[in-house]
Amino acid sequence: MVLIRKGAEADLHLEQWHGHKVVMKRRLPKAYRLPQLDLAVRTQRTLREPALIHRAKEAGVPTPTIYMIDLAESNIIMEYVEGKQVKQVLNTLPPEEKLRLCRHIGTLIGRLHKHGIIHGDLTTSNMILTSYRKIYLVDFGLGEHSEELEIRGVDLHLMKRALQSTHHRLAKKCFEAVTTGYTETVGKETAAKVLAKIQEIERRGRYIEER
Amino acid sequence: MPKEPIHILGIESTADDFSTGITTSQGKILANITSTFIPTQGGIHPREAARHHAEVAGEVIHNALKKAKIHPNQIKAVAFSQGPGLGPCLRTGATAARATATYLHIPLVGINHSIAHIEIGKLITGAKDPVTLYVSGGNTIISAYEDRYYRVFGETLDIAVGNCLDVFAREAELKQSPGRPFGAIIEELARAGKTLVPLPLTIKGMDLSFSGLLTAAVQALRSAKHGLGDLCFSLQEVAFSMLTEVTERTLAHTEKPEVLLTGGVAANKRLQTMLKIIAKEHNARFNVVPKEYALDNGAMIAWTGALTYKSGITTPIEKSIVKLKWRLDQVPVPWVEEAE
Repeated sequence: MVLIRKGAEADLHLEQWHGHKVVMKRRLPKAYRLPQLDLAVRTQRTLREPALIHRAKEAGVPTPTIYMIDLAESNIIMEYVEGKQVKQVLNTLPPEEKLRLCRHIGTLIGRLHKHGIIHGDLTTSNMILTSYRKIYLVDFGLGEHSEELEIRGVDLHLMKRALQSTHHRLAKKCFEAVTTGYTETVGKETAAKVLAKIQEIERRGRYIEER
Repeated sequence: MPKEPIHILGIESTADDFSTGITTSQGKILANITSTFIPTQGGIHPREAARHHAEVAGEVIHNALKKAKIHPNQIKAVAFSQGPGLGPCLRTGATAARATATYLHIPLVGINHSIAHIEIGKLITGAKDPVTLYVSGGNTIISAYEDRYYRVFGETLDIAVGNCLDVFAREAELKQSPGRPFGAIIEELARAGKTLVPLPLTIKGMDLSFSGLLTAAVQALRSAKHGLGDLCFSLQEVAFSMLTEVTERTLAHTEKPEVLLTGGVAANKRLQTMLKIIAKEHNARFNVVPKEYALDNGAMIAWTGALTYKSGITTPIEKSIVKLKWRLDQVPVPWVEEAE
């Protein structure tokens, strides 16, 4: 069992499971949380993540295959997707390729939103680029079903902030490319509403200097 | 011959407190005097608070100088909270600062209020490079230093956690008094609570949302199906679990050696306990800023003013306009590099 990522939300282990290379995602109990709340949070996320991952496939967004859920252990066994995190490759790509990739990310987010799926933690480390140029979205643990503009806006706003924090030099152009792909997918009218929401969220939440 | 210490006077007025502190450039706190505006009902009305600040400014500054036992001519610069905060309150403080600086012919130093909370916390607790959880009525920020700036790793997308608790308390018709704010009353009531009422725990990426939690808690209150103790208990458990989760994720990501808890909500023992647990699990030292310096105070502005002034930064009067939404991650902090 190889620990591939120790997040605060869950631990990811790489394992062999009936001849498959799998990721075991375990949500360990947190001692700081009240046991009853802890169990509720872990159960809810362990149930919700596979459901959203499955719905994402219907929307045409590549996600890992879920093999098994062990609710008692808050454990999800899923396909190990071979590839690199977009976070690791984005800064190394030539400019045109970079924007093409971001535009494609926008398309994927658009497909999710169109199907009423909110990812909830859109960062470039939750996107895996395979050797055959496909992008898989992973880590839907904080996601939800929603068609609300506000929640869609927050989802995209998180993407914007993730680009700003990890790829600050390219953030503006990259996010523009994301919105291009997004607009092409959800349509101009919806996209304009969601983008206006982002501005509203930024004004509300101390994201700009001026009043 | 030992070098004469530099004295800095700091004025804080972002919200309901008008406070003046005096510190030396070595971090000695000589005075920290605060006058708090207490509304007769409801929350802080910015203009009423500002009127209070204008009324007490002269007296508070005078008392700070008296307490510090220094002559005004020994002050080298006047630091003031330039933002973020409530407009009328900030402007009153800025006016007092400009008047004092002009009168004494010394420079102004505009200070970011959130950074001042971090810096005074570090000074008081001895923390060097912490993940800071700053929680108050107006702010909810998880930050840590990285590459020339304090970076925001997580923050609220809507209301501050302290605001969430305060509004709930007002809805429950609780009464606060000096020295016994709503947060303390909720904490007391929560101790009698046993049953967890289901409330939404909302984390979006690394950011938090408290408005849905507040609405749900108020609805549960109005339903009259639950005891107030259980509601306070549940509200605290959910809100603090959210804060602790994002703080832990920041700690895991940055691998910082310390956790610093500050702001008005820092006084809560349950929140302290939760953070202590995660700090221990990540081999980090837990620090909580004592009340006098965790609440808004002038000393933190004076001390951050001293750090800024020593770095050769001052604020010309024409650039001293207040910034209501000034983010802490937009302020270079050259002194932090020197300290490491």
